[in-house]
Amino acid sequence: MSRIAACFQALQAQGKTALIPYVTAGDPHPSITVPLMHQMVEAGASIIELGVPFSDPMADGPTIQLAHERSLVHNTSLTDILAMVKEFRQTNQTTPVVLMGYLNPIEMMGYEAFAKAAQAAGVDGVLTVDLPPEEGKEVLPLFKTHGLDPIFLVAPTTPAHRMQAIAEAASGFIYYVSLKGVTGANTLDTAEVAARLKQMREYTQLPLGVGFGIKDAATAKAVGQVADAVVVGSALIKQVEATPDDHTAIIKNISGLLASMRSALDA
Amino acid sequence: MPDAAGHFGAYGGRFIAETLMEPIYQLEQAYNSLKNDPKFQAEFDYDLKHYVGRPSPLYFAERLTRELGGAKIFLKREDLNHTGAHKINNTIGQAILAKHMGKTRIIAETGAGQHGVASATIAARLGLECVVYMGAEDVKRQAPNVFRMKLLGATVVPVHSGSKTLKDALNEAMRDWVTNVDNTFYIIGTVAGPHPYPAMVRDFQSVIGREARQQILEQDGRLPDALVACVGGGSNAIGLFHPFLADESVAIYGVEAAGSGISTGKHAAPLTAGKSGVLHGNRTYLMEDDNGQIIETHSISAGLDYPGVGPEHSWLKDLGRAQYVAVTDAQAMEGFHTLTRKEGIIPALESSHAMAYVMELAPKMPKDQSIIMCLSGRGDKDINTIARLEGITL
Repeated sequence: MSRIAACFQALQAQGKTALIPYVTAGDPHPSITVPLMHQMVEAGASIIELGVPFSDPMADGPTIQLAHERSLVHNTSLTDILAMVKEFRQTNQTTPVVLMGYLNPIEMMGYEAFAKAAQAAGVDGVLTVDLPPEEGKEVLPLFKTHGLDPIFLVAPTTPAHRMQAIAEAASGFIYYVSLKGVTGANTLDTAEVAARLKQMREYTQLPLGVGFGIKDAATAKAVGQVADAVVVGSALIKQVEATPDDHTAIIKNISGLLASMRSALDA
Repeated sequence: MPDAAGHFGAYGGRFIAETLMEPIYQLEQAYNSLKNDPKFQAEFDYDLKHYVGRPSPLYFAERLTRELGGAKIFLKREDLNHTGAHKINNTIGQAILAKHMGKTRIIAETGAGQHGVASATIAARLGLECVVYMGAEDVKRQAPNVFRMKLLGATVVPVHSGSKTLKDALNEAMRDWVTNVDNTFYIIGTVAGPHPYPAMVRDFQSVIGREARQQILEQDGRLPDALVACVGGGSNAIGLFHPFLADESVAIYGVEAAGSGISTGKHAAPLTAGKSGVLHGNRTYLMEDDNGQIIETHSISAGLDYPGVGPEHSWLKDLGRAQYVAVTDAQAMEGFHTLTRKEGIIPALESSHAMAYVMELAPKMPKDQSIIMCLSGRGDKDINTIARLEGITL
């Protein structure tokens, strides 16, 4: 069983919702990422989504764009990020790690080379924002061969027939983008999210995560009542923005926010 | 070409976030159902004739031909179109499509500002709200076009992210589209982006080559021996090239911006010196580093200052059907002055790149042969840049 499947099974047995923090690897400095990953696990993270920075993050809002820019100041590469995951795995063999980013850095490394290296480093899933299942005929089978779950997004604009196609291509979990727009956008309609998740249930048994628009314990709790996993990104990155030069504060503030979400989810 | 999923060989495709997939399919469907609709075509043709002023002349540059001493040089005068460049052909096509799809708001990205002006122009005429994204750096470089867009009623949004140029404007326009997809139509200005944009923009711009083919047969009694056009994203080039692709005797040259020189790395020539990759919804040649990050480009011309290129050009390059060359900022300036002084035509800096290559190519060809160059735009927008570069205070 994959680490992601095992993680959801264990949570389900305890009646818990998964909490998935997103941070951009190398933001604000590559040295912070591995310690931050460990602290996020301490604070209650179930799965870690590690952003792979890209010069042109088209689907991300200003908060995550700036995180990518801060990371790229240090030339953080996909190879560097795989090394971070490998280091994280030295002391943590259970928490799944999903890489989230854009196709071009993967394409530049080479699909097969990447899939092999990611598996060797201990990566569990790959979410490639600009790779719809239609364009994945070459790379997706390689992910599967190397034990990497392809994670896909479902959007408010996704019609039923596409949900089905996505469900067929996906493994690990499916990530419902709760808003039209880019990451870090504003309002969230929980009732609508619930209705969409119910519709997705017709096509898949995979756990359903919800992201975009979750910024505090209250929104996490509201979404946690209808989803199997709650993904939080921009709200964490804002903690980096607040004190970019103080790594101790960043780790403390991100962990604090996650812990409050974890308590709200478990309450 | 392309195939049903928008692939030109290994290039093109639809590499976009899930939120945009359904809107892209809807756009494709709307375009497919309208493109062969005689009423839609009649509406488009009417506007091209009466609003844009088409057909644009194919002008025999007699003095320039004599000076260069080789092949006859014909200029396809897209600079004489309403708004001063070829961009309007495409914006009219897409705006009519937007109207048919019931969209009330259009957005566009712009580099030099020509596509932004063309979008704002058609938006004013059709009564659509218009928002134009423009790199903050370009807003500074192209102040007159920014003012024109504002006069036309458009909102110009300066983009401060990344390199603050065309690629970043495109990123920001995509973000707007993802957010406002219900009422918004994104008018992409070049033959790039997710399918169906590269094919659709090519279809709208192919009027350039169709007219030129007919005009040269009338004026010279034979097909041209070479075509030359500048390539940023490559819309004026594909517009000229496409109707000649099956004419094997016609050599095709796309001219990229070599900036300070290819060897300096400060250029905008992905076909000449780049690698294949995925950006802005399509796979194509890109300017990128070894980690797959897009690198900053450099060109004297804002319209060519883009790290990618339309996927059909990438395909034509690999196929060998078209050759892609690059000319430097300095050569482009020489092209600019030569055409201005010898023919009394002030070309855009983008088109000046094509001119510079014609100056290299024509003397090597016999006098009974001919070249059609796409004079994609007029240079009025560039006079401040030229003055600054030459240390002249206006």
